[in-house]
Amino acid sequence: MAFRMMMLGKKLGMTQIFVEGERIPVTVLELGPNTVVQKKTKDSKDGYNSVQLGFGDKDHKKANKAMAGHFKRADQKPKWVLKELRIDDDAKINDFQVGQEIKADIFKEGEFIDVAGITKGKGYQGVMRRHHMKGAKNATHGTHEYRRHIGSIGCRTTPGEVHKGKRMAGHMGAVRRTTQNVRVAKIMLDKNVLLVRGSVPGPINGYVMVFQARKKLGKIGKVTRSVET
Amino acid sequence: MNKVIEEIESQYMRKVGPESQGLRVGDTVRVFVKIKEGDKERDQVFEGIIIGQKRGGARATITVRKISHGVGVERIFPLHSPSIDKIEVKAAGQVRRAKLNYLRGLAGKAARVKERSDDRVTKKGE
Repeated sequence: MAFRMMMLGKKLGMTQIFVEGERIPVTVLELGPNTVVQKKTKDSKDGYNSVQLGFGDKDHKKANKAMAGHFKRADQKPKWVLKELRIDDDAKINDFQVGQEIKADIFKEGEFIDVAGITKGKGYQGVMRRHHMKGAKNATHGTHEYRRHIGSIGCRTTPGEVHKGKRMAGHMGAVRRTTQNVRVAKIMLDKNVLLVRGSVPGPINGYVMVFQARKKLGKIGKVTRSVET
Repeated sequence: MNKVIEEIESQYMRKVGPESQGLRVGDTVRVFVKIKEGDKERDQVFEGIIIGQKRGGARATITVRKISHGVGVERIFPLHSPSIDKIEVKAAGQVRRAKLNYLRGLAGKAARVKERSDDRVTKKGE
């Protein structure tokens, strides 16, 4: 698989910007700077190539002993988030050194990116909200306490069981999701801020991972709607 | 709100613009919108009554309603959009509601808005 660069950041919220007279909805991400905290190589006991990126300085007191030692080895302040970036290419791994800072300028304006985050938790939800089921067809004619229920969940002796994965009520949200092929609207390197056109998963102040797009790697798109008249 | 977001929005905020004009719901306005035709640029005028406004700094909008060839047309204008040249107030209206959605159900003479005499407004304040 082709190598895709990744960075860690934080979602700050949404707003709008004007580009060529057009109003563009954007998500504001605090992106980086990321620090290389650890480097793993094929030759070492790890047995594979990767770098560990850290984002967001935290207080020394807040790191436990094990983590404090890990950061001390890299001569870095403790970080809030650590994520590993696999680098299968042997030559590419040499581009990274422990302690190296990575900034948002690895992305270009208009570039397609994928943004992964933990979605907002919705708690225990019924089937109508969780799976967009329809509920009862009528709310009258004697229908009693069945208006938002699931219908039948199976047949009779064949198959004699409820199929695995049957959609039912349960916990919704708070899972990792990726929004693919969103475009970088603007990069404000002095503030380490990246504006993404459209929305990304997660709450405000939630941590996100920003990748080069898996399906449109390195492609540059237009931020505006580009209406021809 | 986050400071970074405030800073981004302040970049797009117009210092002297429609918002400082003190537009009010019920006013009849002429909105001059820049239109690109090939490489020429000209203004198109949309004239109607403000039937609602949304505040929010650089994200503020107004909704303007007019009757065009017997059909009601509503347009939402972002007040800080660079494609809005200027907004002229033709007449001030005296209304008692924040949103004039009731105008949608009315036509002709019934869909008029009482004019605001600024005399009365100032007298009240004295």
